[in-house]
Formats: sequence, structure tokens, C-alpha cells
Amino acid sequence: MTTVGAPVRRREDYRFLTGQGTYTDDINRPNQLYAYILRSPHAHARIDGIDSAAAAKAPGVVAVFTGKDMAADGVGGLPCGWLVHSKDGSPMKEPPHPPLAIDRVRHVGDPVAVVIGETLAQAREAADLVEIDYGEEPAVVDPAEALKPTAPLVFSDVPGNLCYDWSLGDLAAVDAAFARAARIVKLDLVNNRLVPNAMEPRAAIGEFYRATGEYTLFTTSQNPHVIRLLMGAFVLHIPEAKLRVVAPDVGGGFGSKIYHYAEEAIVTWAAGKLRRPVKWTAERSESFMSDAHGRDHVTHVELALDADAKFLALKVSTIANMGAYLSTFAPCIPTYLYGTLLAGTYPTPAIYVETKAVFTHTVPVDAYRGAGRPEATFLLERIVDLAADELGIDPAELRRRNFIPADAFPYQTPVALQYDSGDYQTTLEMATSAADYAGCEERRRAAMARGKLRGIGIATYIEACGIAPSAVVGSLGARAGLYESAAIRVHPTGSVTVMTGSHSHGQGHETTFSQLVADRLGIPIENVEIVHGDTAKIPYGMGTNGSRSLAVGGTAIVKAMDKVIAKGKKIAAHLLEAAEADIEFADGKFTVAGTDRSKTLGEVALTAYVPHNYPEDLEPGLDETAFYDPKNFTFPSGAYVAEVEIDPETGRLEIVNFTAADDFGNIINPMIVAGQVHGGLAQGIGQAVLEGCVYDKATGQLLTGSYNDYAMPRADDLPSFRLSTHATPCTHNPLGVKGCGEAGAIGAPAALTNAIVDALRPLGVRHVDMPATPEKLWRVIQQHRSPLAAE
Amino acid sequence: MYEFNYHKPASLDEIANLLAANDEAKLLAGGMTLLPTLKQRLARPSDLIDLAAITSLRGITDAGDAIVIGAMTRHAEVNRSPVVKQGLPALAAMAGMIGDPAVRNRGTIGGSISNNDPAADYPSALVALNATVHTTKREIAADNFFTGMFETALEPAEIVTAVRFPKLQIANYQKFRNPASRYAIVGVFVARFPNAVRVAVTGAGPVVFRVPEMEAALTQNFSPDAIKDITIKEDGLNSDIHASAEYRAHLVGVMARRAVAACG
Ligand SMILES: Cc1cc2nc3c(=O)[nH]c(=O)nc-3n(C[C@H](O)[C@H](O)[C@H](O)COP(=O)(O)OP(=O)(O)OC[C@H]3O[C@@H](n4cnc5c(N)ncnc54)[C@H](O)[C@@H]3O)c2cc1C
Repeated sequence: MTTVGAPVRRREDYRFLTGQGTYTDDINRPNQLYAYILRSPHAHARIDGIDSAAAAKAPGVVAVFTGKDMAADGVGGLPCGWLVHSKDGSPMKEPPHPPLAIDRVRHVGDPVAVVIGETLAQAREAADLVEIDYGEEPAVVDPAEALKPTAPLVFSDVPGNLCYDWSLGDLAAVDAAFARAARIVKLDLVNNRLVPNAMEPRAAIGEFYRATGEYTLFTTSQNPHVIRLLMGAFVLHIPEAKLRVVAPDVGGGFGSKIYHYAEEAIVTWAAGKLRRPVKWTAERSESFMSDAHGRDHVTHVELALDADAKFLALKVSTIANMGAYLSTFAPCIPTYLYGTLLAGTYPTPAIYVETKAVFTHTVPVDAYRGAGRPEATFLLERIVDLAADELGIDPAELRRRNFIPADAFPYQTPVALQYDSGDYQTTLEMATSAADYAGCEERRRAAMARGKLRGIGIATYIEACGIAPSAVVGSLGARAGLYESAAIRVHPTGSVTVMTGSHSHGQGHETTFSQLVADRLGIPIENVEIVHGDTAKIPYGMGTNGSRSLAVGGTAIVKAMDKVIAKGKKIAAHLLEAAEADIEFADGKFTVAGTDRSKTLGEVALTAYVPHNYPEDLEPGLDETAFYDPKNFTFPSGAYVAEVEIDPETGRLEIVNFTAADDFGNIINPMIVAGQVHGGLAQGIGQAVLEGCVYDKATGQLLTGSYNDYAMPRADDLPSFRLSTHATPCTHNPLGVKGCGEAGAIGAPAALTNAIVDALRPLGVRHVDMPATPEKLWRVIQQHRSPLAAE
Repeated sequence: MYEFNYHKPASLDEIANLLAANDEAKLLAGGMTLLPTLKQRLARPSDLIDLAAITSLRGITDAGDAIVIGAMTRHAEVNRSPVVKQGLPALAAMAGMIGDPAVRNRGTIGGSISNNDPAADYPSALVALNATVHTTKREIAADNFFTGMFETALEPAEIVTAVRFPKLQIANYQKFRNPASRYAIVGVFVARFPNAVRVAVTGAGPVVFRVPEMEAALTQNFSPDAIKDITIKEDGLNSDIHASAEYRAHLVGVMARRAVAACG
């Protein structure tokens, strides 16, 4: 009975598809109050006064709190979990981030006050009565503008809005390589700002138990223990033993639910003050202006090549928008999750990257599906394509010529990472042949005859996931470890509960982890329950992000199972009157080697809990916990091929084909993996052609604050994907797995943009920034000579 | 959302009384526009008067050389109606391009034209097809109904009861969708009558408009070539983060030519 490798149907889907999931907003506590949060309508303003007297007297209102009330109670600011140092060794600027703004608001949506009422309608109604005296000041939203000496300051003590000026790599070696290069290719590009848009808006319920002094926070989080640590220790000063954080069913996160948000602290603190549960649920428009955004880079890149078109050196200079405050992991995204990825799939010997992180009057920016790696992949695969164009070499050929060969692993990059395994030639070959890359010229001609511009684009990618060895990330500035935990509780009759520190918010852990456990322990999958998301139930865990759940969390489960089996062998040896060393465990049975004498896992478990006939020095019970700290990152990789047709009259783009060949290492459930790739591709395609968060440069207003203006990808925007996988197993975790959650979002933007530029290449187009909207494409076509007109 | 009183009267008379008694009352049809407006607290009606129970407002009637569509008829019903598909195929197709399935299953023709969103599809169909709007007080030619951005000829307490369309085989609607909202960035409805052609444009300007130059040229010679040199001035056209006035002006020409070509 083996389920690993089989497309087992998702066990959680019955619950979700029949509306029986329990999301935070589905939870209601006795005597619960409702919070409505007043948010700044301005990008930048002084708060000259807040008069909440009338609101406080409105029907049903229990309290109105401001930032000053929280500060007076000793509430701390929202902490940042990663410290980055500048080139000159100085630490990044880390300005305070009070949960409710105190004397100044710094972005549209910055929380200013909270009205708490018996009903949400009453709280909302009363909020209109709160009078806030704002003194508007000039704002800056564009990261490059923010660095200019004339730019308004987000924090008066952060000169030039510069949070840090970081670099990685050997500049002297890069300069030397550029000096002897046969060819240098340069490009300026923008990585567009995105709004994450999880299907479930954020929500939080704070609760205080007067009798015990304990607090509970129900919240839409990807990592409840991280929230407990940050909020308990830094913001509200609640001992962790008195604080339980529950992240129940969560409807999508994509990174945006990793962070500790103000609303979590507000409802928990208010629950303690008012001695009643307090609930808050975001409206969609609040999500747009308060969930951490993603990307937002402005970059200059240069690639040096030798006479054989081999890459000699890469030089990258990026300005990264942090938004108005530092979100929990923001500083590491455009540095250690970005600069370290710039080798990509190539053995470029010298790489130098510098990143200036800047504050602006916008929503904080942090990790969003891929986090740094899509930005790295985009610039690298764009400059490689541009180099191919300038050298007159086919882009597939230029990549083949430059790949790190399959026999070169482990491969040490010049930007800190060591890749354990990979086979980039094979995935490129798989993708290009499945996409009929060779036939694209003919299809291009046929399209031209129909009046369409057709193009094909390739991107390869590498990502570092399975995040991450604690000592390594610690040396890079992480203020946390990144191991994972698991506890396996074998019950007296042989069914098993697995408590995992990973968190599932759509990824299907209840299925994948069950497959793993059912297989290893030789029990039916129905006998396995996966528990996650509650600090009162699970061991201390770091949650789910960076495609780490299987590689790190799954390995922790394996380690815990190893302990269960080891203990089971002792019990079985005793029952079978054999030596422990002679006991083998397979297919759910402990067997004396070479005999047919055996005990099932159930029999052993029963003995562990009813230890009448039991080894003398052994503890009863069969309940084991393991923590696993990975030895390295994992390095999924792959090749994507996109093919597009553009209507030159309107600029409308159609994605006619999309082919992916991914190397995720070993695969537990191919259906779930395909689903993850589909979702990632949808988001990557969204970034490339639809999504773009737009702020008004003059006023700092968020212009794309709803789905009327922010274009999310829909099913009919996407082609039918052609997927395939090729496995080079990870060498340092026992499952040989790498992770698949972010790949699509990492590789798709570059593949699609390369295809668009390829379609427009006959017109002399070098680059098109994302999102490639119809008007943008139409204008680019207008600006260049039309080959159709010339025919 | 602010609080309001909800009514679901059974007759148009009752509605008239309710409207007369409450200046701040609003009619509720499919709610696809009105409810989001209420949720965002952009409107504060004292009363909502739901038209859902007035059965006479719903349905599609074959009136020989015309089709009469009740105000409460859903977009999905128009899209699927055999009567419309046969007598006015371009209108059935247009209704199928509105929003998404949920919107089409709730939204109504009466709500859409009374709201008169500058990017809505129906206004172009009514104007191009020379339809007549029937209200509780009178009949209004489409040309006179859409008066400005979100403005119509409707008087306070006047209710749209139906829209009457002449049957027509040679007509086509070309829509260039806004990728975010799926409303029209530009939509052009071309209708060829026995001795006249009407071209109506939605999405491009503050309110639906006709293009007399194109109509004249197409009346002479009904082919895309006949209008290929006619340019639309960008002055007064809409301009936003999705499309500049210049781009919209250009799209009007493209969509018009495609509509003519699609008429066959
Ligand atoms: C996501 C989304 C996408 C959409 N996409 C499109 C699109 O692509 N194209 C498009 O054209 N539309 C689109 N719409 C709008 C949709 O077509 C609505 O149906 C329409 O705007 C309003 O119709 P309704 O029946 O919902 O009216 P309601 O929202 O109920 O009412 C709208 C207004 O009309 C008034 N009213 C309603 N009925 C009458 C009547 N009989 N007499 C007088 N006044 C009346 C109401 O008082 C209100 O002021 C979209 C809407 C949404 C939510």
C-alpha cells in the first residue's frame, strides 16, 4: 500500500467545497464586540488632534481607542524580524511602527483609531463621528523619487528615506570582468508592485479569560507561533504561556499572512481592556490598503559576455520600495532572497548586486509568492534574452551554452548559495520540445498572415526554498530560526495524530502529510489526522512560507516517525522476545528478521499505553516530537516557454501556449503539485500582463483600490497549461523533495515578457515593462514602424 | 452600509405611493450596482423599494416586428432567450458579454439603463437599435433617454417598465473590455436598417454617443473600408489609468470597423 507519488484527492476539499471550513470570520465568541478601524485617507499628514467624544457616546459604542491610548498602556511597536546591514556596516534604519498611528499618518490606509461596538454596524456608524484633524503634507510614492534630495521625508530622522544601502558580491572582480568583456548588455527595468489578494480577507478575534489571565488570538496567519512570539514578547508583553494563537482554516496567504499586523495587536489588547472578545474582519478595500504588497523594484542590470557568449559577470543595482514602515520580513526580500539568486542557472563567475531600500508613503512591501526570487529571475532572464538578441544567438542556445552542467553539483555560486542538485539542460529540452519551439517561426508567419504579431519566450529559473538553515539565516540577519517541528501521537488503537508546525492555507498538507505518514507507518490514510495552526496543540513551529512545508516540515514529520519506529522496535522486541537489533519495521509491522513473527503498529501502540508486559526501562506511551533544521536551502528549477499573439490594432494580447518543465525533486502528490504550479503561473501571468498597483504620484492616493481597477487574472485570461516534471532529488533531506509553491510565480513573468518582446522584436522593441496592458503594447507598436503596414 | 427601510411591494401603484412619500427612496432591481454603492456608503437612501415582486416587469415578449423586454429581465435571460436570439441576435450576444455569470444572473436591463454607467453595454444597444424606453409615465426614444454620465431623462418617481427593440438581423456589438472590471473601455454597436445605419459608442465618453460621420459613410457603403479614414476626436473622451482618451478614440475606429465586418 503506497500512496506516495499518487494523485490522492485532497482530503480537505470536501470540507472546503461544501462550505464547512472554519475560517476566522466564521468563529464567534460569546459576548463578542466588533472593531471598526479608522484609516488615514491621506498618504502623509500630521495628526493635529482626534476628537472621539461624540463617537464614544453613540449607540452601542463600548470604546474608541487611539494610538495614544495604546502607547499609554505601554504597547510596543510592530517589530521587524530581519536586520540588514548597509555596505558601510551600519544597521538599517528601523523607525517605530505603532499599531495605531500616533502623531503622523504615512500611507493611505494607515490605522488611526479603533471604534469598538456591540455590533459592527454601530461601530461603523460611530466611526463617522470621530473627528480627526489632519494637516496634510506632501507625499512620495515612487521608490526612485524617494531617494532624491527634494523628496518629502517619511521619517524626519531617516535622511533621504534610505533604510539601507546593501551589497553582495565582489565588485572588483566584476569590474575586472567588465573591463575585458567582448560585449556588455544593459537594461533598465521595473518590477511592478502587486497587491496579494488572498481570497479570504484578513480577520482577527482577540479574547481574554479573566479567570486565568489567558489571551487567545484567532487570526488569519500562515505562522501562529511567529505571531505569538512577536505580539506577545514585543508588542503586548504577554508571556507566551498566557497567549494562545489559533490560525484555523485560512483562505490563501501568498506571503501576505506571514506578518504580524496591527489589527491582531489591537483586538487582543482591546479584549484585555474591555474583558470581552473583540472581532475585526477586513473589508476588501481594507485589504488593498493594509495587506503588505509585493515587489516594487527599479533596477539597472548589466551583463558582461566573452567572445564565445559565455557570461563573465553580472552587475545589478536596485532600488526597492519598503513602503511606509518595515513589515515583518521586508528587509530580507530585496537582499538575501534576491541578490543570492542572481546566479540563476548559470555559472557566472562574478556577480555584484547593490540594493537601496527606501521608505515611501505607501503600504508596506514584504514577501509575496516568490519573494525576491521572481524579481531576480525577471531581470536575469530578461538580460539573457536581450544578450541573445544583441548577439544574434537563439535564446535557447545562449542558455544551453551557459548552463551550470548537470555534473557540476554541488555548485557554489559567487553569491553565497550552494546548489545541491539540478539538471537545467533537461528541463529546457523538455519545455522547448513540448512547446514545439522549433516550429515557432512557421507559426509566427501564419499569425502574420492573420494580422497578428506572434512571439515565443523562454525563461529558466532557480529558486532557493525549503527555508532555511537557522545558523545561515541568523548570520544574514534573521531574528528567528527557520527549523520546523512535528509531533506524532500514535493512539492506543493505532490511529495517528500528526501535529505539524507547518501551516496549510490552501496547499493541501492534510493530504500530502497524510500520504507521507500512511506510507511510512503502513497504515490506511484514513487513520491519519493532521493538526496545524494552534499554538496550544502543536509544537513550536515556524509555519509555512518560502515553499518550506514539505522540505522542512515534512522532514520533521519523518524524523518524528523515525523516533516512533525506534521506540516501537524496543516494545516489539520485548513482546517477541527478540533482540531489538533483529526487529525490522515495514508495512505497518514489526517483524523479527528472517521470521514470520511480528506485531502490528496497533499492537505495539496498545502495549505502549497498557504496559502490563513491557520493557523495564522504557517510558510508556508512543508520542514523539522532532525538530528539523535543514542543512541547506533546496533549489527547485525549471524552464518555461510562453507563446503569445498580439493584435497590433488594439494591443490586445492572447497567451496562446504556456509550457512548464519543473524540477521539484521527488513528488509526493502530483495532482497537488500541478495545482500549485497552476496557481503560481496564474499569479506570474497576472504580474506580467494584468496586475499593477498604481499610486497617484501627486497625492499618494491608491488608484487601484478595488477589483474595478486592479486586474486579477481570471480563468479565461489563462491558456491551458502544459506541465511536466523532471526530478533531481534534493541531496540533503530524506525525502529528496524541493518545494513547488512559488515556481510558477517566479518563472512566468520573465517567460511571458520575453515572448512579448519577441513578438515585437521585428519592430525593433527591446523591452516592455510589466504589466503589458493593451494600451502599453499599442503605444509601443505605434512608436515603432509596423512591419504589417510595410508588407 | 447605512440603515434603510426595505419594501417589496406587489404593484406599481404601491411603488408610486412609496416613492411619493419618501424623497430619499431608491428602487432596487438586481442590486449589482446599487448594493456595492450602499456597502461603500456612497449612497444613503432612506428606503429601498425592491421591484422583484412585480411580475409584470419581467419577461421577454415577441411583438411581431419588435421585441419587448421587461425592465426586471436579467441579462442572462436576454442572452439565452430564443426570441432575442432569433429576432435580434446581436442583442443576445451583447447581453452575454456583460460582467460575469453572477452579474448576468442578477443584473437587469432596467437597472442597467437607469443607472447609465458610461461604460455599460446596454446604452449602446438601445441607441444603435433605436429602441424605445417604456416608463410608468411615457415612452422615450433611446436617443433622448441617456442624457449624461449616470444621468437619464427619468424624472423622480418615474420607473422604467420595459424596452422595445425593433427586430433586426444585421447588427453587431464589438466590446473592448477593461481587463479589471470587464466593463467596456470602448464598445461599438452597429445596426444596419433598410435605409439607415446607426453607430453607437459606449465606454469612450461620459455618455453613449452616435457617430454621424460613420453612419453616413456606412449608409452609402456598408463596409469597413468606408469608415477607415474617419477619426474620432479625443476631446471630451474618458481618460483613466486603463485607457487614455487618445487610445479610446483609436479603439472606436477599430471596434466600429470590426463590427461592420462582423455584420457580414
Ligand atoms: C462585477 C460587475 C461587473 C459588471 N460588468 C458589467 C459590464 O461588463 N457591462 C455592463 O453593462 N454592466 C456591468 N455591470 C453592471 C450590471 O450590468 C448591473 O446589472 C447594472 O449596472 C445595474 O442593474 P441592476 O439590475 O443590478 O440594478 P440595481 O443595482 O438594482 O440598480 C441600479 C440603479 O438603477 C435604478 N433602477 C433599477 N431599476 C429601475 C427601474 N426599473 N426604473 C428606474 N430605475 C431603476 C436603481 O434605483 C439604481 O439607482 C457589472 C456589475 C458588476 C457588479
